[in-house]
Amino acid sequence: MINNIELIFPEIFISLSIMFLLILGVFKKNSSKIIHNISLLVLLITAVITFNETIGTSRTIIFNESIVIDYLSSFMKIITLISAFVVLLISSNYLKNFKIFKIEYPILILSSVLGMMIMISSNDLIVFYMGLELQSLALYVLATFNRDQLKSSEAGLKYFVLSALSSGLLLYGCSLIYGFTGSTNFNVIATQFNTNEYALTFGIVFILVGLAFKISAVPFHMWAPDVYEGSPTSVTLFFTMVPKIAALTVFIRFLYVPFLNLIDQWQMILVFLSIASMLFGAIAAIGQKNLKRLIAYSSISHVGYALAGLATGSNDGIQSSVIYMTIYVIMNLGFFSCLLMMKRNNVYYEQIDDLSGLSKNHPLLSISLLIILFSLAGIPPLAGFFAKFYIFKSVIEQSMYFLAIVGLLSTVVAAFYYLRIIKIMYFDEEKDSYDKDHSLWLKLSLTVSTVLILMYFVFPSELIDAVSKINII
Amino acid sequence: MTEIGLGHYLTLGAVIFSIGVIGIFLNRKNIIVILMSIELILLAVNINLVSFSIYLNDLTGQVFTLFILTVAAAEAAIGLAIIVVYYRNAGTIRVEEIDKLKG
Repeated sequence: MINNIELIFPEIFISLSIMFLLILGVFKKNSSKIIHNISLLVLLITAVITFNETIGTSRTIIFNESIVIDYLSSFMKIITLISAFVVLLISSNYLKNFKIFKIEYPILILSSVLGMMIMISSNDLIVFYMGLELQSLALYVLATFNRDQLKSSEAGLKYFVLSALSSGLLLYGCSLIYGFTGSTNFNVIATQFNTNEYALTFGIVFILVGLAFKISAVPFHMWAPDVYEGSPTSVTLFFTMVPKIAALTVFIRFLYVPFLNLIDQWQMILVFLSIASMLFGAIAAIGQKNLKRLIAYSSISHVGYALAGLATGSNDGIQSSVIYMTIYVIMNLGFFSCLLMMKRNNVYYEQIDDLSGLSKNHPLLSISLLIILFSLAGIPPLAGFFAKFYIFKSVIEQSMYFLAIVGLLSTVVAAFYYLRIIKIMYFDEEKDSYDKDHSLWLKLSLTVSTVLILMYFVFPSELIDAVSKINII
Repeated sequence: MTEIGLGHYLTLGAVIFSIGVIGIFLNRKNIIVILMSIELILLAVNINLVSFSIYLNDLTGQVFTLFILTVAAAEAAIGLAIIVVYYRNAGTIRVEEIDKLKG
């Protein structure tokens, strides 16, 4: 009856652990520290199970064709799990400082990760919707997590309203697609595409709008800066990386399996989303004063580059998008580790001015921030340059020159605000020094991400080989 | 008397959906109205799915509807909780006064 159940062992394990941790949290007093540590272990074990059980399997479709396990899903799940692990690892001091080190925090992160894993594996509109809602319901609460603070609750409110709206739009698209193809299964939809092309295009547009909300692509980005600024910094770190990985995978699954034949209809939409995100993200970030807001605009523009890879409609494009997202995650980890280190007497600083003269008191911190910012701007020979290089290469191979030119131009514009931070760090008046008693994990994550960014050009083939096994088309 | 067919149901769904979306963007007064608009959107989707399901003679649509009903309930619960938290901090739930974050 149930064949291949070992392929969903990671999901089963993580959901059982969530229930166990909830019960533990109820019955044991003051258990936040132990639950935090167990959650870290759970994420790590799940990553190991995913690696062992599924990475070698060829494309398998299980549970009445509703869940697909292939190399892409295993790869993306492992990245999701590892980044959630690092977020949890480096956020404990921040949470303790704001007195929000509670049992719910790791459990909510685990549930949203479970939702993302289901999204990544989905081969059916219902499964996809359930995964999406599981992750967004957990994320609403995470954004509001510092509930005694006005900013955090406002961020949660805004995220809730706009995200619920986007889920509604996405569902309307699902209902249209179901109605005009007679099935919610991606494989069946793929064989039915010629029934009514116009109605299907409507459905695709609605679903793309919903997904674009989730990855904050322009023109559906308006929630991102507010929510990123208002949420606790460790949650912002989670927001900038993990949901985007999952949503990007859904983009690939949704566009390239059922609707590859309708590529003429959706390619223009993706090109538009990509160009608008790259340009808007680069221009709007220039006037920002808050680092979290700045990184929101920067992430909008980075999503634009990842979408440019998907817009090509080729395997190369998909692979370069996946590489881009991987490197983007590493760069963001480094950046937020620096942000979490800007603490003085239990107050965290997040304005750009607070960085002024950082190099005098903290030479090591500022040299790693310099490397990360250069990489975000895409300056060779750092990892960020190669990420952009692969995207442009695959875009130009498909003769989409306009997209490539706009991308290059917005890189130049975006370089301005990254370089401005570096100028403030190195040439402005120095301020009081920040605390130096950071947790070992925070230092480690900053060191590792900086070294990875710096040394990527020595071993580029590791990542390229890993990604080159992704074959969708 | 005209026969009521799929087209009528889809039009009803589209009208309710549009009312929901317009309700979110035009509403300047109360955040509860936004919550109601979200429910309207989900109900419109349910009408669509059920009528498609009858028309296609296929149960999947109705199963999907049950899932959506459940999720909508959970979403409303979380939404109201967030609104309560916000009200405690800000003392108001008027939409035009939710403007602490901008730039």
